[in-house]
Amino acid sequence: MSARSGFDRRQFLKTSTGLVIGFTIVPGLAPKLALAQEASKAAARPLPDPNAFLRIGEDGSVTVLLAHSEMGQGIWTTLPMLVAEELGCDWSQIKVEHAPAAPAYVHTAFGMQMTGGSTSTYTEYDRYRQVGALAREMLVAAAAKQWKVEPSTCRVEKGYVVSGEKRLPFGKLAAAAQKETPPKQVRLKDAKDWTILGKPTKRLDSPEKVTGRAQFGLDVKLPGMMTALVARAPVFGGKVKSFRAQKAKAISGVKAVVEVPSGVAVVADRFYAARLGREALEIDWDLGPGAEITTERLREEYRALAQTRGATAAEAGDLDSGFRSAAKTLEADYEFPYLAHATMEPQNCTVRIGDGECEIWTGTQFQTMDQKNAAEILGLKPEQVKIHTTFLGGGFGRRATPTSHVVTEAVHVAKAAGVPVKVVWTREDDMHGGYYRPMWLHRLRVGVDATGFPVAWQQAIVGQSIVAGTVFEPMLVKDGIDGTSVEGAADSPYLKQIPNHRIDLHSPRSPITVLWWRSVGGTHTAFAMECMVDELAHAAGKDPLAYRRLLLKNHLRHLGVLNLAAEKAGWGTPLPAGRFRGLAVHESFNSYVAEVAEVSVVKDRIRVHRVVSAVDCGICINPAGVRAQIESGIVFGLTAALYGELTFKDGRVQQANFNDYPMVRINEMPAIEVHIVPSKEKSGGVGEPGTPPIAPAVANAVFAATQKRLRNLPLRLA
Amino acid sequence: MIRLNVNGKDHVLDVNPDTPLLWVLREDLGLTGTKYGCGIAFCGACTVHIDGYAARSCVAPVSSAQGKKIVTIEGLAPAGKMHAVQRAWIDEDVVQCGYCQPGQIMAAAALLAERPQPTDADIDAALSGNVCRCGTYQRIRAAVHRAAGAAEKTQKAQKSEKKS
Repeated sequence: MSARSGFDRRQFLKTSTGLVIGFTIVPGLAPKLALAQEASKAAARPLPDPNAFLRIGEDGSVTVLLAHSEMGQGIWTTLPMLVAEELGCDWSQIKVEHAPAAPAYVHTAFGMQMTGGSTSTYTEYDRYRQVGALAREMLVAAAAKQWKVEPSTCRVEKGYVVSGEKRLPFGKLAAAAQKETPPKQVRLKDAKDWTILGKPTKRLDSPEKVTGRAQFGLDVKLPGMMTALVARAPVFGGKVKSFRAQKAKAISGVKAVVEVPSGVAVVADRFYAARLGREALEIDWDLGPGAEITTERLREEYRALAQTRGATAAEAGDLDSGFRSAAKTLEADYEFPYLAHATMEPQNCTVRIGDGECEIWTGTQFQTMDQKNAAEILGLKPEQVKIHTTFLGGGFGRRATPTSHVVTEAVHVAKAAGVPVKVVWTREDDMHGGYYRPMWLHRLRVGVDATGFPVAWQQAIVGQSIVAGTVFEPMLVKDGIDGTSVEGAADSPYLKQIPNHRIDLHSPRSPITVLWWRSVGGTHTAFAMECMVDELAHAAGKDPLAYRRLLLKNHLRHLGVLNLAAEKAGWGTPLPAGRFRGLAVHESFNSYVAEVAEVSVVKDRIRVHRVVSAVDCGICINPAGVRAQIESGIVFGLTAALYGELTFKDGRVQQANFNDYPMVRINEMPAIEVHIVPSKEKSGGVGEPGTPPIAPAVANAVFAATQKRLRNLPLRLA
Repeated sequence: MIRLNVNGKDHVLDVNPDTPLLWVLREDLGLTGTKYGCGIAFCGACTVHIDGYAARSCVAPVSSAQGKKIVTIEGLAPAGKMHAVQRAWIDEDVVQCGYCQPGQIMAAAALLAERPQPTDADIDAALSGNVCRCGTYQRIRAAVHRAAGAAEKTQKAQKSEKKS
């Protein structure tokens, strides 16, 4: 553990047994269920090697290595909190680094090194605490030996081991502790004894991020490095037929023009030269069938599909008899466009290829996949590819591509150019680059009895599968159902109260690449479910809160957040003139969130003034982080609710930048309150669960304001 | 040759005069705290001060910045110190991914230089050009007010020192 004699990354990589991509997801189970099962096995897992996660320097510094990527979600702070609670160091001694890509850091539930699914904190809850506890025991053992006392007489205190009058700082014990054998088992602190966990804790990455020192992928600079821009096909699936590079090569600063599988790369000494060079390229494209894609035609196809039987995602009772017994039937289509993640830092990757090795600098959520995919191109073993994870200028799922297309393209360019290369995506490249949240259609038909209670629920969901065609398909698609397409609908608590129901899924294939986008299935299922329930409440002449309470009476955690949000928002109390409330509640990533939105509508313009949210995420590690993440999820979802839309014409994406793909800005920011339900349940995620409820909460408030049901996103009154 | 004054230092650079200032700062001067976000002055990640005013360096040709005083996030405070806005950002725990924050901070610092006690409307007007995809706006607003309060206290302290 000492900085000098301790853990050496190269040595570690040498002695490791090589990279194994061990997907441990149980086939056929919804990802969430599989995750819960895997997480429950954690207790049976051998204790981690503290040397892989922790270095204690002679200066007393405690460096925590992160198995996950910091992309804004705050694990740069949360994972060290887990270590520090058990280790007993002083919080000011903590330093943080991203871990290299290596088997020691594979996700405890997913079996590959990655960041996603709002899992980083709760799947590391045991491992990082164990690391801290193991290191503490080794430091105590070293001190006890030196003092010739029983270890049981020793305790740790803010970076010191103490026994009676004797005190030694961790830094002075680190070298000796390194030689101790880690104990076979450790006892973790009881929650009532926590001094760090559960307390609002400020971020550790602030100083470098407010001074501009923080290094993102785009900031990487290597000796002799060139910058490349790639001209990619203007439509999905298009290929280069032929190209002429003379004019591009004539641009001052352009060093090379090389063809790669994804297009034609212009390699230059600077970004601007690469951009001018790319503009000067003359390329003939073989566009292929992707050039036929238009949004209107896709919508027609989706509507036609929704009329047919698909794969059955959920089924109970007898729909026909349910509808026959219904006093009234409501029907509604909800439609959702393709969305770009639009991370503030556009895609980029820097690659240096050496002799029998390759180094990659990038902000990635998928180290193991990137390592494997890069190695395949170069004929290397995965462990010969070294990944340097930088800070991520936003992730939201975009930097977790099963194809590693950003990384593999950069490897191809560096290989063809024969120099270290940083491939930069312009904003327009990023917006046109695919890997979108899929377009979706939900068609609902619901029969209610004379009291307005649903007795038959039929739902067809149409949209591309995110995992189809990827290495995840065999694991995550079962009987034609991609669990990420129907999560939040097929497992909805509402359906459990409805005796007759069926959900059909259609997963059309398309050249348009799609990907997980913050909260994944919840981005559309929560809207369909929560808007339909609101419509049912209105049809029954009941208050939307009271109606939900009735349907969710057996779901205590849903009820808990619903009641807390309603109480804090003053549900049912008078509002200033022109203000109206809407409500939604949704569980995702094992956390429960309810949101009450307060809106006004003036000249068809929707303005969200206030959002009151309540979250039950089980045991809360860092309340400050939870609040920030729920706020963040709400703003992300609000941008999708009010603005987000990519459309296609002749295969071309019609939006390109923040001028035509707008974002919520500070002048449109609602006042957001986040109320955390005290809980001793197992922790859930918080990075994503704030997103799903906001769009339905706003749409339901717009209905209250205008009596108009807006069933398509983004919400438009005119 | 292009002559630039950045963070108080003079530079003579052999670059294409049409190059956006942003890329000269990042690639030729190694000042990577100023970020590329959109390239069309729609997100504010590239915000720097030119003669004291917040400006989008992604659309300003480097030639247009000659003879002017350019300040980047690296030069906002003297070396080893932090500007009141940066300290407020830490105290309010503003950052998430952090990519937009140098631009936000530069915009906020320019606002406070012009209006030491900004209203919410002033903050909206001055910072609505800066996109934060993580949605940290609520804490940004609080941090600007906090920085304004801190600046006010510093001014009062300086005044009372002068008096005594």
